[in-house]
Amino acid sequence: MVSKVIILGSGAIKVGEAAEFDYSGSQALKALNEEGIETILVNPNVATIQTSHEMSDKVYFLPLKPGFVEKVIEREKPDALLIGFGGQTALSLGVTLYKSNVLKKYGVKVLGTSIEGVEKALDRKKFRRLMIENSLPTPPGKSAVNVDEALELVESIKFPVVVRVSFNLGGRGSYIAWNKEEFKNYITRAFAQSGIGEVSIEKYLYHWKEIEFEVVEDKEGNAVAVACLENLDPMGVHTGDSIVIAPCQTLTNREYQILRSAAIKVAEAIGLIGECNVQLALDPKSEKFYIIETNPRMSRSSALASKATGYPLAYIATKLALNHTLDELINGVTGVTTAFFEPSLDYVVVKIPRWDLDKFENVNKRVNTEMKSIGEVMAIGRTLHEAFQKAIRMCDIGDELIGKYYEKNESLNIVMERLRNYQPYILMHIAKALKLGAKIEEIYRITGVDPFYLYIVNELIEMAEELRNNTDEEFINKAKKYGFSDWQINFLTNRKLGRKSSPFVKQIDTLAGEFPAKTNYLYTTYNAQENDISYMKGKPKILILGAGTFRIGVSVEFDWAVVNFAKSVRRRGYETIILNYNPETVSTDWDINDKLYFEEITLERILDIYKSEMPEGIVAFSGGQLANSLAKKLEQNGVKFLGTSGVYIDIAEDRAKFSRLLENLNIKQPPWIEAKNINEVLSFADEVGFPLIIRPSYVLSGTVMKIVENERELNKYLSLAAEVSPEYPVVVSKFMDAMEAEVDAVSDGEKVVGVTLEHIEKAGVHSGDSTMVTPTRYLRRDDLKKMHEIALELALTLGIKGPFNLQYLINQDVYVLELNLRSSRSMPFSSKSRGVNLMELSAQAVFDGNLSIGELNKYYEVPAEAYAIKTPQFSWAQLQNAYPFLSAEMRSTGEVASLGSKFEDALLKSWLSAEPNRIPEGDILIYDYNKSKALDDALKILRRLDYHIFTLEDSLTSGDQISEEKAIKLLRIGGFDLVMTDGYAKEKDYKIRRMSADLNIPLVLDGNLAYELSKAFAWIKKENFEVKELGEYYKIPIRVNTVKTFSENLG
Amino acid sequence: MKSILLLEDGTYIEGRGFGAEGITYGEVVFTTGMVGYPESLTDPSYRGQILIMTHPLIGNYGVPNIMISKNGIPLHYESDRIQVSGFIINKLMRGSHWTSMMELDEWLKRENIPGMEEVDTRALVKKIREYGVMMGALIVGETEKDMDEILEKIREMRYDKIRFIDQASPKHIITYETEKWNKKVIVVDTGVKYGILREFLKRRFNIIRIPYKMDPINAFESFKADCILFGNGPGNPALLNDLIEKAKNVIEYGVPTMGICLGCQILALADGADIYKLKYGHRGVNKPVKDLKTGKALITTQNHGYAIKAETLDRFKVWMINIDDNSVEAIFHKDKPIIATQFHPEASPGPLDSNWLFDLFTRIVDGGYHGV
Repeated sequence: MVSKVIILGSGAIKVGEAAEFDYSGSQALKALNEEGIETILVNPNVATIQTSHEMSDKVYFLPLKPGFVEKVIEREKPDALLIGFGGQTALSLGVTLYKSNVLKKYGVKVLGTSIEGVEKALDRKKFRRLMIENSLPTPPGKSAVNVDEALELVESIKFPVVVRVSFNLGGRGSYIAWNKEEFKNYITRAFAQSGIGEVSIEKYLYHWKEIEFEVVEDKEGNAVAVACLENLDPMGVHTGDSIVIAPCQTLTNREYQILRSAAIKVAEAIGLIGECNVQLALDPKSEKFYIIETNPRMSRSSALASKATGYPLAYIATKLALNHTLDELINGVTGVTTAFFEPSLDYVVVKIPRWDLDKFENVNKRVNTEMKSIGEVMAIGRTLHEAFQKAIRMCDIGDELIGKYYEKNESLNIVMERLRNYQPYILMHIAKALKLGAKIEEIYRITGVDPFYLYIVNELIEMAEELRNNTDEEFINKAKKYGFSDWQINFLTNRKLGRKSSPFVKQIDTLAGEFPAKTNYLYTTYNAQENDISYMKGKPKILILGAGTFRIGVSVEFDWAVVNFAKSVRRRGYETIILNYNPETVSTDWDINDKLYFEEITLERILDIYKSEMPEGIVAFSGGQLANSLAKKLEQNGVKFLGTSGVYIDIAEDRAKFSRLLENLNIKQPPWIEAKNINEVLSFADEVGFPLIIRPSYVLSGTVMKIVENERELNKYLSLAAEVSPEYPVVVSKFMDAMEAEVDAVSDGEKVVGVTLEHIEKAGVHSGDSTMVTPTRYLRRDDLKKMHEIALELALTLGIKGPFNLQYLINQDVYVLELNLRSSRSMPFSSKSRGVNLMELSAQAVFDGNLSIGELNKYYEVPAEAYAIKTPQFSWAQLQNAYPFLSAEMRSTGEVASLGSKFEDALLKSWLSAEPNRIPEGDILIYDYNKSKALDDALKILRRLDYHIFTLEDSLTSGDQISEEKAIKLLRIGGFDLVMTDGYAKEKDYKIRRMSADLNIPLVLDGNLAYELSKAFAWIKKENFEVKELGEYYKIPIRVNTVKTFSENLG
Repeated sequence: MKSILLLEDGTYIEGRGFGAEGITYGEVVFTTGMVGYPESLTDPSYRGQILIMTHPLIGNYGVPNIMISKNGIPLHYESDRIQVSGFIINKLMRGSHWTSMMELDEWLKRENIPGMEEVDTRALVKKIREYGVMMGALIVGETEKDMDEILEKIREMRYDKIRFIDQASPKHIITYETEKWNKKVIVVDTGVKYGILREFLKRRFNIIRIPYKMDPINAFESFKADCILFGNGPGNPALLNDLIEKAKNVIEYGVPTMGICLGCQILALADGADIYKLKYGHRGVNKPVKDLKTGKALITTQNHGYAIKAETLDRFKVWMINIDDNSVEAIFHKDKPIIATQFHPEASPGPLDSNWLFDLFTRIVDGGYHGV
């Protein structure tokens, strides 16, 4: 019997590993909890929902590295380990622990698919052999373990070839080569991205269809293919960056069954117990197919498949790992049928990735074999027309499939060039190309997107063109069925037609309506004639808006806020309704909500739902910026808001209004101006002096927000990057060399409870890219007092009810940078660092009228018991060619945190929790063209630790000076274990930074951080890491089980 | 083109017509299978029925070329023509596929079958789920007929009273030969699916399809066959006393025999068992079945509106059951080499997981007793 299980998380969010593992891990924990099994979670991702005592008995915020996990095993003595719910990170870690005999030493077994099976699946050489043994076809190709062997092998395979990497993530390092030259260029990088130093070189199946099956199998060998997913993009586009359609649309029954049978055979071959994803390639002109790969774990696709079908794969996989069989598990949706079936869908699902590449300098934007997107959306409709249009809206890129970009005057050549270069949001380029006269056959030839999908886009543009002249009610209704929004209809008809009809509400029930369902999982469609649900008067309802798609700056931390707030609402006896459309998230797990609308978060849709559900109010503050930015418009439409009023949200969000408020309250702020022409910028510069921070409202070529040091840089920036006009003003503010700090707090309008956070990086580094420390170390007592007084004053003045985040600059005085009247990125961190839950406090503020802690008219800082440090996770390695540097624009994709009694302990554990960081053993490269004191000090400390330090000519004075070329050479052969630098010097060190990223060498990009880390490296030479779970720092709150169990769904 | 669906309870639904113009009558049933509309449309078991497909997009890969075939049997078809009386879907798509020879709309036109799209198929399924299957009329295009008149006709018609196999069974013997054949099967044809024939040909059986009115034992002897198959077919098995009598003789005769779907029910009726009508049938490709002998579960294709009462079986024993409602899904004879499945081991459309039943039957033919 298993009674105590360690479950490994996936760590920080990065390109390729996102919140889907918070979702699958949470489901696994729920399945274990139901069986009364004690759960111990190791995951440094502080922003997740799973890392709380409500989900797991013990939580360790520690690096997902063998040494740390071994210490946890030693302490906890678990019976078993679950490695299939934390992505590639957890799976690879599990394999390492097994191979190094750690598991054997402590008598820990691995639940689910055996390690042998996992290895057969992940090691390309073994996998190929396994497929041959089972008469399953794999593409012609071979595996190589070093560059020379790879160069030799490629001779025997005809170009084009695709290089795939064993034991890796998000297709990192993989690429397509059309000739030997291209092949040679990237092969070193490919090897660097493999966990086991192995790549496979295969024939590139140009324009073949890519199909995925999600297979579950139990210990008795009962297997089902729960979902078939079709990639709209052909082979060669990473599935994470592909538009994915569920169920498959363009396969005949024969093709479907051939592929399905093969997928199940693959699962059987690896001895699957649980869930796996099998990817296959199908010739678009015959029934020929190949097995591409399998992931014997929960994956992005399995999270998507769960949401697309209503079949909870992670939950079921956990139960199977605990030796249940499929036919004895109940399908919670019907309560009478079992988990042994294949869902039938009477709707279609479209997933579109969300890219954020404009924020990165030099980045390669071509959608290819390496995943680059950082979020995704899932749209549900009864036609693909409807789902495609919804999905683009959900991407929240400020446009529609047929909208501003479609109308913008450009030549067909330019658009075709974008298709040839396979740019993100390919559907928008297809629509525009079709409008400009491109032929469907030609688009197919260039892109490989099946004509079936091109016909659909073509029908949409035909409809759009007709809309210009036809505003008959009947035709408008037809347009709504084709997914056109009210905004689009007004835009295309060029008039204001007002609100159109409302859509119907349908249930997702896994069975196409065949059996009565008790499901609360809903979507809306215009392609229907009746609602599936009726709105009965019952418990009072609260509608909570989700965070939508993840992007840079919006990630799982907002899902944490939504889910935690929803739980608090539910505890107070309300029916909670969540509106969200991000398939990765826990908030879109229908199992945790009373009702889930998997829908657009747009004004139009919110009003529809509001009208039919009649909730007591809407909560926008937990979902971050997307939801908050709709507050004012919604309030104007008569929607009742809970928390701080929309008028005040507007004051905080509108720079000019907020500035006036600060002036009135005598609160200092850095001088700023909204300039409508270049002269205004220049005279402002004269007045306040350099450096300045510029943020344009119109963006070209990736340069978004920048600090300029002098007039030359300013002029260059203005001429290159931004248009300045009354229509496109720029915001310019004085950059102050100071320290940044912030307060995450909650107010009930009469008092404030908060947590103060200090940044390690100097001012000018975006708060989301900063290493945050709490309690503060450098801030003076007077400064803290002033910060807290300001927080209280603003809270009382604005009547804040709920969460807020206040950012400060501190040098001689305290300045306010900005106020966010919503949950913030750091709130899960500040909550967990102090053993409180700021969302529960927010619910107290909103529903109970007063906070349970704190004092009237006072600011109350929640006491700290330990240091907690949050480290940003960057995805430089995944973002091909992007130049790694820190600035006022956020570029990190995730974050991790650790707690420790000592600052150094917490800092180092936290830093090590981010990839690819490790404590250097060999040589270190430290350089800074600005010769900052911080890096100079860091260098000196490290030298005392007997590291051999290299520096670049014309940078720091101590250390072995080498040329840039020499540094690159050394980097290439693995000569450095760590690179530390500061600032921005793209012209000089692009190659050094880029190569470090490509070769997985830890990069420290800020002097202050380099200095603190150096001290921590010194500390760890003498001391040991502290290994404690969260509850040992903070008393565990009583576990409130508000999560509805799968079996409760029966009743 | 305007289109109307009228149901016996008076339900009136408008949609957009496609395919042929005209009125068609039939029992309105639904299938939840997501792929394989050409196979479903040509399945003779759907004779006399108006079929709803719950998958929202249909026509995606056009109409497969009938010339794509093996041993004279097309690979994407279950018979040479569309068998359903009418077709109801949510959205008709423009198809794209290398096998396609025309659009679905054109096919229905050519075969004179009315179709209707832009229908809330889910709403219809829920209605049928609640009230059970109903008779209905599908009207495509303008009609002079009065709706009340049509409704009256619908209410007079009873699917359960019509012997549809007379429309589905061939008039003459049809044979198929395969290379390197080593066995022969007599197929008692009540509207057998090509899929079943393909499975036998794959296993090196030559096939003799006989009209169901012919005597199977005679055919078995004169063709020197090795086994007999009672295949699928449309309609109410209780109406088929003549066939049941023949099945009694076959059981008595004791040669290796297999039953599929209607064939399974006929063998059960020959055993003296009772059958009953399911409220809204089992039609889909995701149906869970449990093999009581091995404990293993299978995903199967099913298309049946009637089921066997387990407790009324005499010489046959229950072998497999439907996991959802415990209905009988396979039986075997206690001491004769006879097996029968209510589901479709040939699938088509659907998963191939129960394909091994044909291997088992081949072994029975080779070695005698089924050993189930």
